Formats: sequence, C-alpha cells, structure tokens
Amino acid sequence: MTNAALATSSEPIISFEDVNKWYGQYHALRNINLGIGHGEKVVLLGPSGSGKSTLIRCVNRLEEHQAGRIIVDGTELKGDVKAIERIRRDVGMVFQSFNLFPHLTILDNLTLAPRWVKKMPKKEAEDLAMMYLERVRIPEQARKYPAQLSGGQQQRVAIARSLCMKPKIMLFDEPTSALDPEMVKEVLDVMIELAHEGMTMMCVTHEMAFARAVADRAIFMAEGSIIEIDTPDELFSNPKSERTKQFLGQILGH
Amino acid sequence: MSAMDHTEEPVVLAPPGLQIGPVAWCRKNLFSSIPNTLLTLLALFLLWKLIPPLLDWLLFSAVFSGSSPDACKDAVGACWTLIGVKHRFMLFGFYTYDEQWRPLIATVILLCLICGSGYPKFWGKKLGVAWLIGLPLFGWLMWGGFWGLPLVETDKWGGLPLTVVLAAVGIVVSFPLGVLLALGRRSALPAIRTVSTAYIELIRGVPLISVLFMASVMFPLFLPEGVTINKLLRAQVGIILFTAAYQAETVRGGLQALPKGQYEAGNALGLSYWQSTLLIVLPQSLKLVIPSLVNQFISTFKDTSLVLIIGLYDFLTTTRTAVADPAWQPFYVESYAFAAIVYFGFCFSMSRYSQFLERRLGAQGRR
Ligand SMILES: Nc1ncnc2c1ncn2[C@@H]1O[C@H](COP(=O)(O)OP(=O)(O)OP(=O)(O)O)[C@@H](O)[C@H]1O
Ligand SMILES: [Mg+2]
Repeated sequence: MTNAALATSSEPIISFEDVNKWYGQYHALRNINLGIGHGEKVVLLGPSGSGKSTLIRCVNRLEEHQAGRIIVDGTELKGDVKAIERIRRDVGMVFQSFNLFPHLTILDNLTLAPRWVKKMPKKEAEDLAMMYLERVRIPEQARKYPAQLSGGQQQRVAIARSLCMKPKIMLFDEPTSALDPEMVKEVLDVMIELAHEGMTMMCVTHEMAFARAVADRAIFMAEGSIIEIDTPDELFSNPKSERTKQFLGQILGH
Repeated sequence: MSAMDHTEEPVVLAPPGLQIGPVAWCRKNLFSSIPNTLLTLLALFLLWKLIPPLLDWLLFSAVFSGSSPDACKDAVGACWTLIGVKHRFMLFGFYTYDEQWRPLIATVILLCLICGSGYPKFWGKKLGVAWLIGLPLFGWLMWGGFWGLPLVETDKWGGLPLTVVLAAVGIVVSFPLGVLLALGRRSALPAIRTVSTAYIELIRGVPLISVLFMASVMFPLFLPEGVTINKLLRAQVGIILFTAAYQAETVRGGLQALPKGQYEAGNALGLSYWQSTLLIVLPQSLKLVIPSLVNQFISTFKDTSLVLIIGLYDFLTTTRTAVADPAWQPFYVESYAFAAIVYFGFCFSMSRYSQFLERRLGAQGRR
C-alpha cells in the first residue's frame, strides 16, 4: 500500500498496529496499520461513516480500540488513566463544533488547561494565552464569551486553546465544515502557519487545496479501512483504487 | 488590557414604535381579542370580589390591640391580638423564655450568611471565613453551656429557628450529596453506579414521613444499649438523606443536558475527571437546572414541618400549639394566616433569588 518513499524514515510519533474497533457489532476500524513521523502532516479523507473521526479520536483515547496497538510518543494507549491524561496533554484536538466552554471568557477558555493541568501561575498562563490569541489574530476578543464570536473566530480560539498546552501533535476533525464559506480561509490560514512551524498534524478534511499545500500524505478511508495512501498530488490527480476514484469524482463534482 | 477591550461603538437607535402609552399597553396586552377581553373582565371581577373583603379582614376590621381574647369579642376581622400575645411562643417554642434573644440573633446570623452566600459577588475566601466564624457562633448562641450562656438542650429548641436550621442545614448538606449521587449514577464504574441508583430509587420510593419515622424510631433499635443520638440530629439526617435523592435527579437532568462535546473538549485538554467535572461540567449543568433546584429548596423548607410527627416543635407546630389554649381556639385561622405569611416570605424570597441568579449567570454568553 505505502511505497518506500512515503513511509516515515524516523521512529514514528504515532503508530497504529493492526488496530480494530467495534461499536457494538459494527466493525468501525479494520486492521489499521499506520505510522506518522515527527513533524509529519497527514490528511484523512473518505465518505461519511468511513471511520475518519473514529481513527483520530483513538489517538487521544476519546474512543477506545479493542484490538491492536496504538503508540503515541512512546506510550502505548491502554487502560492506565494517568498515562492517558499525560498523552492528552501532548495531543491537541480541534473539533468540528468548536466545543469552547460557553461559561468562560475566551481568555479563561485558553488558560484553563495550562493553569489546572500544568499548574501554571495565572499571570504566565494569561501571557501565553494572549500570545496565541495574537497568533490566531483575535487578541481583542479576549474578554468576550464564545457566543459573542463568529464561527471562524471561535474555531481559531479553539486552535489557540489547544496550542496553549504546547502539544506535540494536533488532531483536527473537519475543523472547517461547520463554517460559512467566507470563514473557512481564516481558519485554514492559521492551520497552514501551524504546519509550516513543524507541528505534527492529523487532519480530517475535504479541503483539497489545503491538503495539497501542507500535507505530506493523504489517506483515503472507506468502510473502516485505509484504502490508499499517497502524496496529496498523486492521490487527487492519479488515484490507484476504484473506490478512491469514485469518491474523488463525487466530491469534485464530476 | 483596556486597549484590547476597545471596540467601535455603533450608533444606537431605539427601535421604532417603542414609546407605548398606558392606553396602548392595555389595548395590546389586555384587550387584544374578544377572548382576551373576556378573560381580563373575569379577572377584574374576581379581584373586585376577593381583594376588598380580604383586606377588610386582614387590616381594616382587624383588632391589633389588647392582651386577652376578650379584646376580639366583637371583632369582624382578624384578631391579631393573638400574635401580639403569643408571638414569642410561636417563634421560639419552648426555648427558655429569658434566653430567647439567643435563637433570634443566631437565626439572623444564619440568614445573613445564607443571603450573603447567594450573591456571586461575595463568592470567595472571605465567605468561607464568614461561615467558619458564623457557624460556631450560631452553635454557641443556640446551645450555650459556656462563656456565660446557660445550656439549652436541643429538645427545647422550637419554632422558626428550628425550621430555619432544619431547612438550611438540610439544603446546604444535601446539595453536595445530591451532586455526588448524580455523578455516581452516571459513573463509568458499575459499583458506584449501582449503589447511587439503588439509593436514589429507594429513597424516592418512600415518603419523607416514613424516612423521618425510621430515623427516629427504627434507627435507635440498631444502636447498642445506652447509646442515644439526639432526636434533632436524627431528624436532620433524615431530611438530608431524603432531599439528597431528589437533588440528585435534578442535577442529573442538568448533566444530561450538557452537550457531549463539552466533556470531550475537557478530556482532550488532559483535564482529570474531577477537574473537568468541577470546572466545566458542573458550572454549566447546575446553571441549567437552577429553577428546579430552587424548587427543591422551597419544598425542603416546607417539608421540615413534617418533623412534627417525631415530636419536634417546628414553626408550624408552635403556631398551632399556640391556639391549643381554649380561650384562643376560635382564632386558629389567624394562627394559620400568620404561619402562611411567614412561610410565604421565605419561599417567595427563594423564588425571587432563583430568578436573580438565573439573570445574573445568564448574562454570561450562551451558545
Ligand atoms: N458512538 C458511536 N456508537 C455507535 N456507532 C458509532 C459511534 N460513533 C460512530 N459510529 C459509527 O461508526 C462509523 C464511523 O464513524 P465516524 O464518525 O468515524 O465516521 P466519519 O468518517 O468521521 O464520518 P463523517 O464524515 O460523517 O464524520 C459510522 O458508521 C458511525 O455510524
Ligand atoms: Mg467524522
């Protein structure tokens, strides 16, 4: 499936070995084998229900796999709650529906985890938060509540909130699909910058231009399996599998 | 920071047609359609029939002076002389007469603490300190027994202080217990879940009277010979255990209403179970259920009157006992009216407080 040029050279920071997952009787992930290198960016695409979200949610154990091994930054994900909390500190996640905390101001949303999980002093956490808010270009919203922001602004806050934990890996689950078209770009721009800074990223998205611009590999999934992995350019313009061709035909509208 | 708060103020225009006079207001709200007009007229008719006689009985024809039932012999209205003569007993029951200033001050202190705790502005360390000072002070005043105050045993406590203590302690202690039970019922650990569910269902399945009765009659049977537990304490524990089960279900409703994404966002940031529960889940879900929580508080306040059946003299019981005297018996309506007014004062304040708190917390952004 993967050719030599595409396989990661160094020790991967995330690796899936024969991972299987079921929801009740439903086989949601089937024999997933995948390694993601330090600083690598991969995009996941595939039809609805193909298991993209399930796959990336397994990385920070929002979902539990039942067979196989998932190793993140040297630690295998098993039942150990403390180990999971430790991994989650190093793995940021951005959701389709933002999931900001509506009862807290933007600044408090950002400082919550550094202050409570990392026990950072308030002042330091706020300085850090302001720095990241400036990076996502909305420092002037710091004192507002999430409901007072536009969707694009909320998603940028969500990204900044994850970054405040200084994660080694960022997971994105369709970060732009809940946004109005004119706001998609402001979020993607932030993500592109992040990619250029060398963050390891796993991103479920159907934004082809984004994938071509930043992704090292694109992964096509269907029915819980990885069907094809290639560079985005190759995968989009020269898909090998019939299933991929058919899917790309649908989303490109021809 | 002030530079960051800066946003451009748009020109504010009042929406058109907002200047409504009283006539327009009446037309819009009271006489907008034929059925509406009929309802308005019916309501006015009922008010006209009810309010004047009520006011007449309560105030205009009522007797306020005198010191014996004779003062009210020819009265058409209420005989408030009763309250004038009996109020000390109604309010404080059998508490040593000369010491009744103590429960008065103690209750005022307790009420001040509770009211103070109600304002989000005061939430902080100082409030904790106030409680740490206030509660022992309360206990000292009520019990006494040292520093110059004679001891007054709890079986002499009665009247309004007793009601307030039972309700306040009942609410304050049962609330965290209820939250724990609600969390327990949703726990991922089967043992905790089963115990919480069983407890809640068991308690909800029996009336408060039987819980109180068990606490007072059955519980001592299981204690070793010679060990007794104070009756007031038993009643208090009964009320707490009972109320907690109901609070738990109310809180669980709030927990369920919270979107799953909130839990996930907390987890994804590496917060522990208790961190995300205390910082993310509870602040939001409790806010959602303020009206039902306060509803529960009001119920608890009124439910304390059931301690009568195990022989405690709560406020309702002392007011009723006050008219047991044959000479005053004809004026039992006044005693109930007095009790009703006092209960209403407390319950209505709680209800208003609920609205205040909702507005106050609702001012924060909602999704
Ligand atoms: N909590 C759950 N319980 C039961 N089934 C689930 C659950 N979550 C997902 N599934 C099922 O697992 C399959 C994969 O779901 P997943 O959310 O990973 O798909 P996806 O590729 O992210 O799809 P989409 O593009 O619609 O987000 C779907 O068939 C879905 O119905
Ligand atoms: Mg999905």
